[in-house]
Amino acid sequence: MNLAWILLFLPLAVAAACQLVLPKSPIVPLVSTASAVATLVISFLLLGKIETHSFNWATIGDFNLQIGIQLDRLSTGMMIVVTGVGALVHIFSLAYMKDDSAKNRYFTGLALFMFSMTGIVLANNFIMTFIFWELVGLSSYLLIGHWYQKESAADAAKKAFLCNRVGDFGFMVGILMLWGITGTLSFSEMAVPATISSGVIGAAILCIFCGAVGKSAQLPLHVWLPDAMEGPTPVSALIHAATMVAAGVYMLFRVQLSIGTEAFDGFAGTTIAYVGGFTALIAALMATQQDDIKRVLAYSTLSQLGYMVMAVGLLAGEAGMFHLFTHAWFKALLFLGSGAVIHACHHEQNIWKMGGLLKKMPITGITFFLGFAALIAVPFTSGFFSKELILEAAHEKQPLLFWIAAFVAVLTPFYMTRLFVVAFLGKAKSDNADHAHEVSPLMFIPLVILSILALIAGYGFVNAYAPAAPEHAGEFHLNFLFWVSAIALIIGAGAAFLLYAGKDKDPLSIPLFKNRFYIDGIYDHFLVRYFQDAFAAIIHFFDEFLINGLLVGGLSRGAASTGNLFRKLQSGQLQAYSFAFGLGVILVIYFTVFL
Amino acid sequence: MLAILVFFPIIAFIAILLGAPARLTTISVAAANLVLGIYAAFSWQCTCWSLSLPVLEKPALNLAFGFPDGMSAIMVLLTVIVTLAAVLSGKAPEGKDKLYFGSSLLISAGALGAFAATDLFFFYAFHELALIPTFLMIGMLGRGDRKETAWKITIYLGLGSIILLAGLVWLANLTGTYDIADMIAAKDKVDPASQISIAALLLVGFGTLVSLFPFHSWAAPAYASAPAPVAMLHAGVLKKFGLYGLLRIAIPLVPDGLQTWLTPLLVLLLGNILWVGFVTISQKRLDTMLGNSSVMHMGYIFLAIAALIAFPGNPLAQPAAVLLMFAHGVSIALLFGLADRIERNTGTLDLQDLGGLAKSAPKLAFIFGIAAMASIGLPGLANFSGEVLVFLSAFKGYNGTASLGPVQIACILSIWGVVISAVYMLRAYRNIFQGPAVKSTESAADLTLVDRIPAVLLVLALFAVGLYPNILLNLLK
Repeated sequence: MNLAWILLFLPLAVAAACQLVLPKSPIVPLVSTASAVATLVISFLLLGKIETHSFNWATIGDFNLQIGIQLDRLSTGMMIVVTGVGALVHIFSLAYMKDDSAKNRYFTGLALFMFSMTGIVLANNFIMTFIFWELVGLSSYLLIGHWYQKESAADAAKKAFLCNRVGDFGFMVGILMLWGITGTLSFSEMAVPATISSGVIGAAILCIFCGAVGKSAQLPLHVWLPDAMEGPTPVSALIHAATMVAAGVYMLFRVQLSIGTEAFDGFAGTTIAYVGGFTALIAALMATQQDDIKRVLAYSTLSQLGYMVMAVGLLAGEAGMFHLFTHAWFKALLFLGSGAVIHACHHEQNIWKMGGLLKKMPITGITFFLGFAALIAVPFTSGFFSKELILEAAHEKQPLLFWIAAFVAVLTPFYMTRLFVVAFLGKAKSDNADHAHEVSPLMFIPLVILSILALIAGYGFVNAYAPAAPEHAGEFHLNFLFWVSAIALIIGAGAAFLLYAGKDKDPLSIPLFKNRFYIDGIYDHFLVRYFQDAFAAIIHFFDEFLINGLLVGGLSRGAASTGNLFRKLQSGQLQAYSFAFGLGVILVIYFTVFL
Repeated sequence: MLAILVFFPIIAFIAILLGAPARLTTISVAAANLVLGIYAAFSWQCTCWSLSLPVLEKPALNLAFGFPDGMSAIMVLLTVIVTLAAVLSGKAPEGKDKLYFGSSLLISAGALGAFAATDLFFFYAFHELALIPTFLMIGMLGRGDRKETAWKITIYLGLGSIILLAGLVWLANLTGTYDIADMIAAKDKVDPASQISIAALLLVGFGTLVSLFPFHSWAAPAYASAPAPVAMLHAGVLKKFGLYGLLRIAIPLVPDGLQTWLTPLLVLLLGNILWVGFVTISQKRLDTMLGNSSVMHMGYIFLAIAALIAFPGNPLAQPAAVLLMFAHGVSIALLFGLADRIERNTGTLDLQDLGGLAKSAPKLAFIFGIAAMASIGLPGLANFSGEVLVFLSAFKGYNGTASLGPVQIACILSIWGVVISAVYMLRAYRNIFQGPAVKSTESAADLTLVDRIPAVLLVLALFAVGLYPNILLNLLK
């Protein structure tokens, strides 16, 4: 058995075993964690290998759908991210979920997620990507809805699944179009014939992009990600920050590599870039007014994903993947750090009821600070190097997007400094925060490891393990871009520090941002309730009264008179049914014999 | 020796009438048929399964069974699987054992006969044979306004059958034989003008039996009213007769005639997927929701048929349709079986009155979750394999140089149905199983070990085909 197949199927075997063989056993969390660590080891062993393996999954004549593994720099590097964050999140969860009554279900879900995510990364063709794409959606649904008895968690899970499904509608159409155009579903064989107009290929790419919009929570399907914070916090770190939501970017880049950047050059690429850019901007604006620590991070994730998508749209996919790589570590760190904080504060998530946590929980506080530094792109942290490359790409190709991205670079330090100052500095603002104390080693060791990565992951020697290698990764230049970033950082962080240091409540109130531009409300009320449900009710009405009433009404009247006929014949029901049947048979015989 | 498979349930039915223990006999026969059916399906190429008994000299009418191709084998496989699950899931009302189990056996025998018959007369007659017990069970043991529902489907399906009959007899007369294989060999005798009329008769006739829009309004009330095994057997198996008939009779015999009706068919199948899809969203009860969803999902199989009509010789379309028929049959039977369980354990199927059932009945929630996910086309479960092949088959012939054809446009619109399915299924799951427990669910019973046997049988079938579709596709080579 090849290592790559073990990498893919080990988590599935573990999930199946946990569900079927060990449903009540106390070793489930350990088995799941051991499997995650094992996959990390295998990922290191496979790093940089170039191989393909496949078997036929659905065969009809010459046509073949395959389950196939493609090992290359992109997939093996991405596996390091997935299994690396995955293993640390599993370890963190051992402590975080210790007292949860359904922790076996939780760890089974994590194993299922690891399987699904591995499948997306390793897939060598579109159908396999789509299969695992949907399975990732399922595992996310299960984990967001872990506390399914809570109305909000159950609703959030459903919303996440449905938003993804809407994106997958486009994704499937795109896959079908590309299949028609290129005649293959395999990434390595895909080539666009010269006879195809750029409009058609652009449309196909934008359909594919819909899938990424759903999974990577870009505008206008971003609404599920903040709600997904209803899931346990380690899940947010793994799925809704580091890996699954990055899958959209990964997939786009994979498609870009396989059909060539020329196909993206034009309105398709530009549209993708602008969707990314606006997502980065709008999400960052929303983040400035959120009070829930996880929601701030969630909007920040949206915003950073916007950067990555923008990079792919600007044909600078390497830069996007580089940012994906660094972001995975520091955002997982920030989420796990917030998990530690929430754990210590007895499930308090409102930053205005925290405060002074740096003193109470120094390890968590310091590691959180390092993640925060990387996210706001303090020079020489990992986030700095990767963001510079994206800004550079925008600067070269789309000046407007560059200035949007630069403005986001002001907003990011602003909302993160707000969060850090309010939650970690100053005085405790509630009893829960006052009684907080440092978490156990099982929880802080992953934080320490991630914080080291958040600092160094931008340098070339770490970048050898990354999914893509941009040319200037980890290089430092004192140029225009640096000054833009540095000034943005100083303005954003400085303004937030001045505004929020020592405050007990938010001095700013911007309802538009706080209410997320009212987009969620519009969807819930207008789209779902007044459009979909009302529309469904109207159709239902017509179905009942037009088709059932008028069209079939004639038939029913006929039925009534037939019924009378039967009654006249003093026939019971049994005879009536038999009559209807017998009539048919008699007619056949009649035709058979006499025609 | 396919005849054994078909007549075994009929003999058992007679035995039950004569006083054999109804439940025990039925379950044993269904179990024996499952073993035999699996064996037969996976060895269908063997000529040993064929049998032909002359019934009439002139015109030659034979009671003939056999597997002309893998499609019949897969339909027989579907029937034996769903039959065992249906008779294991059902619980007969006090004192109605004979009717309840006897009817289930007859429905199964009728379906098996129709799928295994190689003679047009028996193909038709066996389906009719299965309809009678269906009407009876709904009329006598159904829920709600069962009389009205029973009448409605009697008239509806009766009319559909008569229209179908006209088309079939016309075909038999033109080709001069009732042997389906001989008819196909003599298909040149069907002149173009007749092809168009016959195609219309067959589309409407078979279509009504499969609840093709707008002839669908019998289905949801019938399934909501029907006792569990009838809903499982009819929605899961018997309804597929119409689709099977289109693939077995209409496509080979009147391909050009069907071409004429391609655009109307596309519109109607979109009616199934989108129109009925929205109707499904607005359902307030689980049983009518499932009934409508089964109508909706027929649209995808019609899409495969349309793809086959539009591109004669389309290699993907028929396997896709067969795979999806199998998948849908298993998943809808599982859903109806579980819905019956929910009603027995909580006393209601009204979505408003349910909630938080996963807490008191985790196993029920788990298996229902699998069934729901199968129904919305989650990969790894059978329905996805069928659906994705249907979509691919509809894009046959598109190469990017010309604009999208009508079949591709219909395909794109019907992919939106995948979103619609998710909307109503997840909403139902959310309302029934998630959230805080309510009065009806607080102390509701979970599935017992015995309850789980039929469910697990169906779940295994869903996983087997979902994880490795070649298990069925290999039978179609």
